[in-house]
Amino acid sequence: MDYDRLLQGRPYALARAEKRALFTQGLSELTRLHRDCCPEYGRLLDALGTPEVLDAPEDAPMLPVGLFKELALRSIPEKQVFKTLTSSGTTGQRVSRIFLDADTAARQQQALCHIMSDFLGERRLPYLVLDSRKVLRDRTMFSARGAGILGFALLGSRTCYALDENMELDLDGVRAFLERHRGERIFLFGFTFMIWKHVIRALEEAGERLSIPDGILVHGGGWKKLAGEAVSPEEFKARVAAATGVEQVYNYYGMAEQTGCIYMECPCGHLHASVWSDVVVRRSGDFSLCEPGEEGVLQVLSLLPRSYPGHSLLTEDLGVLLGEDDCPCGRLGKYFRVTGRVPRAEVRGCSDTYEG
Amino acid sequence: MTNLEKYDHLFLTSFKVKPEDLPGLKYQGIPLWDSLGHMDLMGDLEETFGISLGTVDVLDFSSYEKGKEILAKYGVEL
Repeated sequence: MDYDRLLQGRPYALARAEKRALFTQGLSELTRLHRDCCPEYGRLLDALGTPEVLDAPEDAPMLPVGLFKELALRSIPEKQVFKTLTSSGTTGQRVSRIFLDADTAARQQQALCHIMSDFLGERRLPYLVLDSRKVLRDRTMFSARGAGILGFALLGSRTCYALDENMELDLDGVRAFLERHRGERIFLFGFTFMIWKHVIRALEEAGERLSIPDGILVHGGGWKKLAGEAVSPEEFKARVAAATGVEQVYNYYGMAEQTGCIYMECPCGHLHASVWSDVVVRRSGDFSLCEPGEEGVLQVLSLLPRSYPGHSLLTEDLGVLLGEDDCPCGRLGKYFRVTGRVPRAEVRGCSDTYEG
Repeated sequence: MTNLEKYDHLFLTSFKVKPEDLPGLKYQGIPLWDSLGHMDLMGDLEETFGISLGTVDVLDFSSYEKGKEILAKYGVEL
């Protein structure tokens, strides 16, 4: 696969026919690579009788995402492991371990930057992290939460962490940061529940407000905890705007097992697949393909993972395909909505597993 | 200090290396120049030279030498 060319292109510029051709070829190559280099994966495919060549992207054999908790799945020698990323989990819950080599990690970072530049522009903006710097403490065992903060940091300059070591809002520090960058566009990033609890609720309870009229907030990590508090996406946006003045609030969908190629929400409220990844919605009974508008289990495809067999994964999330190539925002590719978790699935996601 | 001395000084203090280590020094080549160290270096460069680096250049800043080329694009002659 010509990654250099792929990563030079624009993230939402491929229409259906072209993208299907790219993914059929790319996923065939990755399936072959991982079959050859990851013994567990190879045995699984042999047992399933998976053919060598795929006819369509949907033919790529999919691993249940939970398998990365059970097995150490690597397609590279151990000494080439550059970073081990762990998914979020609640205390006592097993976490996924994702083994990255330097090339895969670099491509994930590039993909994320290209996707985000489409929303933020090419210029780096002052970066307000709605989390604590302590998350970054351990730099070798990388949590998904730390990876998120650092991955997005490339798009920002002059970072300020809004929460202190105890997850308390550092109001003076944030106000000083905003004062230094008065009149500039501000990029804010955080995980949904932490933003809600430690920024929005904290401001409301203290009777304080921030004024960030030209702010753009990107948040992710799962809605389940907020849904548990009966907070809808609309209410979240309204309360963010009331407490901080930030009107542009975008959710994203992504996971540690396919870092980098996140699905960003556009101004129409739709999650978009970029050229590096795609979604397939399947019926839970027989895993046949859902029609647009029909809720099913989300399968995620990505061209980036070469150091671990994570290019085709069956998630534990439910969603609905809304359309392809015709979102009013102008971005090509599939767009969809995440509607919840598969019943009895473990909680996960940086936001949902937070126990503070 | 000349611009080159300032540039070198940032590497020497950020990454605790010696002047003879600078040629060929690469991003992710030493433990301290990891993604976190990288962001700190970018911030220090921007402050020292009064520039604002674009996202693509922060991604491309892969070595001590490459960094010089990038700074030249921003009118910082070393």
